Formats: sequence, structure tokens, C-alpha cells
Amino acid sequence: MNIHEYQAKRLFADYGIPVPTGQPAFSVEEATRQAQALGGDSWMVKAQVHAGGRGKAGGVKRVNSLEQVAEVAGRLLGTRLVTHQTGADGQPIQAVLIETPTQEIARELYLSMLVDRSKRRVAIIASAMGGMDIEAVAHDTPELVLTRSIHPVTGIQAHQAQELGFALGLNKEQRKQFWAILQSMYQLFLAQDFSLVEINPLIVTGAGDLMALDAKINLDDNALYRHPKLLELYDASQVDEKEDVARRFDLNYIALDGDIACMVNGAGLAMATMDLIKLHGGDPANFLDVGGGATAERVTEAFKLIQSDKKVKAILVNIFGGIVRCDLIAEGIIQAAQQTGLTLPVVVRLEGTNVEKGRESLNNSGLRLISAAGLTDAARKVVAAAGGQVA
Amino acid sequence: MSVLVNAETKVICQGFTGKQGTFHSEHAIAYGTRMVGGVTPGRSGETHLGLPVFDTVRAAVAGTGANASVIYVPAPFAADAILEAADAGIQVIVCITEGIPVLDMLQVKAVLADYPDTYLIGPNCPGIITPGACKIGIMPGMIHKPGKIGIVSRSGTLTYEAVYQTTQNGLGQSTCIGIGGDPIHGMNFVDCLKLFEADPQTEGIIMVGEIGGNAEEDAAAYIQAEVSKPVVAYIAGVTAPAGKRMGHAGAIISGGKGTAGDKFAALEAAGVTLARSPADIGVRILEAMQQRA
Repeated sequence: MNIHEYQAKRLFADYGIPVPTGQPAFSVEEATRQAQALGGDSWMVKAQVHAGGRGKAGGVKRVNSLEQVAEVAGRLLGTRLVTHQTGADGQPIQAVLIETPTQEIARELYLSMLVDRSKRRVAIIASAMGGMDIEAVAHDTPELVLTRSIHPVTGIQAHQAQELGFALGLNKEQRKQFWAILQSMYQLFLAQDFSLVEINPLIVTGAGDLMALDAKINLDDNALYRHPKLLELYDASQVDEKEDVARRFDLNYIALDGDIACMVNGAGLAMATMDLIKLHGGDPANFLDVGGGATAERVTEAFKLIQSDKKVKAILVNIFGGIVRCDLIAEGIIQAAQQTGLTLPVVVRLEGTNVEKGRESLNNSGLRLISAAGLTDAARKVVAAAGGQVA
Repeated sequence: MSVLVNAETKVICQGFTGKQGTFHSEHAIAYGTRMVGGVTPGRSGETHLGLPVFDTVRAAVAGTGANASVIYVPAPFAADAILEAADAGIQVIVCITEGIPVLDMLQVKAVLADYPDTYLIGPNCPGIITPGACKIGIMPGMIHKPGKIGIVSRSGTLTYEAVYQTTQNGLGQSTCIGIGGDPIHGMNFVDCLKLFEADPQTEGIIMVGEIGGNAEEDAAAYIQAEVSKPVVAYIAGVTAPAGKRMGHAGAIISGGKGTAGDKFAALEAAGVTLARSPADIGVRILEAMQQRA
């Protein structure tokens, strides 16, 4: 799960990480009011969406009057921001962050922590090249991206912070601030089950102090059960509508751009099914894993979800019944087809436990189902059914 | 021979009297697995599925001589269940539970470094099976057939595809290990390849990987240096868009690393036979075995 910049900055402030003064606003009036309350004669207006690249997309503006605050907030709120990290439709802007701008930025650094799966540690990533796309920096100048692993017994060690501080060219006072920020970040990371925390840029102000000018936090979905307060920050508007519905029915769904929908049990097989469709000349419309405990109800919900995507021209159902029995899946398909008034062609590949019974009930259902013998046959039939050129 | 588990393996179940534990223990017993008991705190002295229930893993080991454990306890308690099993001297720990927080697994792995003789399989995996001898986990027993191929996979149902295809073409399986889809998990590809290479029953190896991480690249380097048996690999997720989480928390492509294309390329360079389609896994291993013969 992702949270907004203003929410991340509140967590930072709670843990003593210096951030600019600011407040979120959900309307033009509130934006003006917040700017007035902050005082001064200039403000930052920052669109709050779950995506990076906001500055280049016009979602971050510095303004010099309350009229301009209202004007920019009015232009952003209620619209969608398209950045290089969003889809073509962009993300809806429902809030803007009004901040006091930093008068002078001497340097822009980069600092993040994330779970490094190969080392099985939390890793620190730091660079003197802040304020830009860190992946591009890592690609072009890998020597400027520094990483350190945090040992779970000791936490961050003083010498690691020193090494990084020197490498970033920080003076004595700044290294002290850097050490404090690192410790707070790591405490936050562990306490709130982050999978990523990123400050880009971490600035050195004109006065020589460190400050987090931006904040990005990803949370571990598996750990949300122990963070009810963080769960309240879930913002459905920033999630694909169909993915949000899927989340409620415990289905694992991701929307893609193609026209062949698939419904599969198991994440690996679901990915393999998408690949197979592509391999045989089609384009998958989604990733959908109905899980090991697929019931008739979940299959029905899955069918509804698939059909709500108007691009879809054909559906491939690929089930390897292990613990799940194929005859139960077949019942689910029939029930779903009847309830949802299914009109699209459906190719079904069933294998595993009670497969004969399952195929029999599908054949006797009177539904327009195309049964497939094996994975390749299924992929070819669904590509043909969608009107594509079978490869 | 086989790897890690066989007809002699004595298995207990943690979370024995729960819905999942009961259901899958019944299937394991029916398959012929030597289930010897189970653990549910507060229920010692009871009998469940005809087997003794214990309060702790330590008591279960003392009472039954168990050397393997399968874990079905809910995610909030699963990390502790793994460490309890390790601490009680269990050698093969199979954790089926899905949804364990990644920082919990990070701690588990750090602690397990103190138990060099303990093997952890999973979490978020189908388990391990030596066909005809010992089934520990949620895989359907009847699609397996005792035979020559060692299978190691990050995904559940995709493992069943590989199993089914090698049963149909008559090769059969020595042992199948589902290592799980989580970012931080127990045994990895290299650990399993090492065991399959040393096992006389295993004549060929199938590995099923997916996008994310660099475990497949590590496996490629290991195969090139150490594995003499034919290996066939399939990687799921060629069409997966970057940065989207595809069901398995581990299957995320970050920063352009860990794509299916990278993994296929590394494996091919290591002399591994590639199955570009999941439907061809069985055909490719059969060809590779025939070429070798």
C-alpha cells in the first residue's frame, strides 16, 4: 500500500525528521486558508497523488500570492495528473499540500531504505545526486549510488553513518543531523513495517541544515493487520477501480491493456497464462488469480470484474484443480455465466481433480463455452475467439 | 533415494486442529505420509485424526521422534512457529502459511543462521513431496508419479503443471520442492539444485522461476559451475508490467532488474534448456534427457 506525501511527512515529523511546514487542503478555500495560516509571501502547492514525476508533470508550483495559491489549487484539484509513472489516464488529485518554500537550497541529496531481498536485510541507499531519477543515476553513474546493509542485531552502525556522511560530502554538523535522520528513518521503518522509504531530495538548506523536501513511503500489505492507523490512510481513489473491487473480494487482480481476459488459480500460473496468450499472438487484459480456495461466489465476482472491462473480447479460464475440485469450479463458471448474462466467448481449460465431472457439466450447461485440451490449445482458441491472428 | 523427505520421515503438523491443518493432514495420511502427531497449544492429551496432540513442538518431538514439521498457523503467528520448530530440533520445516510480514521473515532468516542443519521450505509455498513416499503440503498427490525428475519452483499451481507434464510423459519425479513466492524465504534454487545434483535418483532437473529478485541468476551461475545433470527452466512473467505486484510479493520488477528476459538470458548462457512456453516444460526435459542418454 502507498500513502500520500503529506501523510508520509507527518510520520517523519512524528519521528523528528525535519520537513517543511505545511498542511494538506482538499478544496480551493482550504488551500487559501492554509496558506494564510502559514503566513509569508510565497508557498509551494503540491498535487497529492500516488506517483512520482509530479514536478515535471506540472503538479508542483511555487506561487507568490494568495490569489495564485487559489488559482493553482483550483487548476489541480479535481483533475487528473499524468506523470511518467502513471497510466495514460493519470491519477486523480483530491488534495494539495500547501508548504512554506525553502528559501535557499544549497545541495540536493538522495536517501532511501528498502528491503533487500537478496541480502535479506534492510538496505540504505544514498547518493549525492538527489532531486533526479535515482534509477537513471544508478544506470549512468553507479559509483555515485552508495548502499549499506543494516544488520538486524545492531541496527545502523555509527561507522556506516560516518562513511556515508563523508561520501556525501557533509560537514561535521551535517553528519550529526544525517546520523539522527538515519536512526529515525530506521525506527520508523521497523515500527510501521515499511517496504520502502525514500527522501528525494534530502536537501542542505542555505543555512546548512538537512531537510526532507519530499517523502515517499510504501507499506508491507502483509503487515497492515498490525497497523490499523496506517490502514485508515488507504486511498481508494489512487487505485484502479477494478483493482479496488478485487481487493474487497480477496481476488488478486491487475488491469492490463490487452483484450483477452484471464481467470486463473495461482499467481505463477496466472502470470504463465498471460505469457502464453502473448506467445500465441494475443494481448492479456488482466492478471487475475482467484486463489487456491476458489468458491462459486468468488468465481462469479471474478467474472463480473472481467466483464466490467469494456476492452475485453474473449475470456480464458485456466484452472489446475489441486485441492480445488474441477467440478466445483465448473459449477461456479455456470452460475457466474447465468448471473452475469455472459455474452463473450469463454475458453475453458480444466485439469486436475474431478476434471471429467467438471467438463461434463460444462458441456451439458447449454452455455457457449469453448473447451480446450491443454495450455497451448487454450491459448490458440482464445486468441482466435478474440479475433486475433493466432501465432 | 530422494531429497530431504522419504517414507521414513516422521512429520508433525503445527496448527494441527485448525481447518487447514486438519484438511491437509487427512490428505497427507491418506497419501501414506508418516504423520506422527501435531501441535495446538492448550490441547495436549487429545487425539486428532487418530494422532496425539501436543502443546509445544518440543513436546511433540520428545513424544514422537518427529524430524519434519508442516506449518499451517495464521500469518501473525507463523514466524514464531518456524523458530519454535527450529529450536525444538526439527530438521525439515515446511511453512505453507501465506501473508507473513517481510520484516518477520527477515528476523527468522537471521536467527536460522544459528541452525545450519535446519532446512526451511517456504513460506507461502505448496510444500515438498517425494512421490509414493511422503507428501508434506497442499499439492494434489494423484498427479505425481515416482521417477527421475527433481522439480523446484517458486509457484504452486505452476509446479503442478511441471509435475503433470512429467507424469504424462512417463519420467516421473524424484522430489518436488515448492520454495515459495515471498521476497524472503527459506531454501532457494541453489540449495535445492545442490541436493538434486547429489541425489542418485534424480536424473534431470526442472526449475520454475518468476520475475523479481535475482535467485534465478544465482541459480544460473551455480548450474554452470556445479550441475552435471540436464536442467530445464521456465520463467513466468514475460508480460508483467514493471512495478506491479503480481500476486506473489516477490514477483515485482524493481528498477529494471529481475525481468523474465534477464533470467532467461542468464539461464541460457549457463547451458540450461529453456521452455519458452509453460506447455513445453515436459517436452523439453524429455528431449534433454534423451540427448544426454
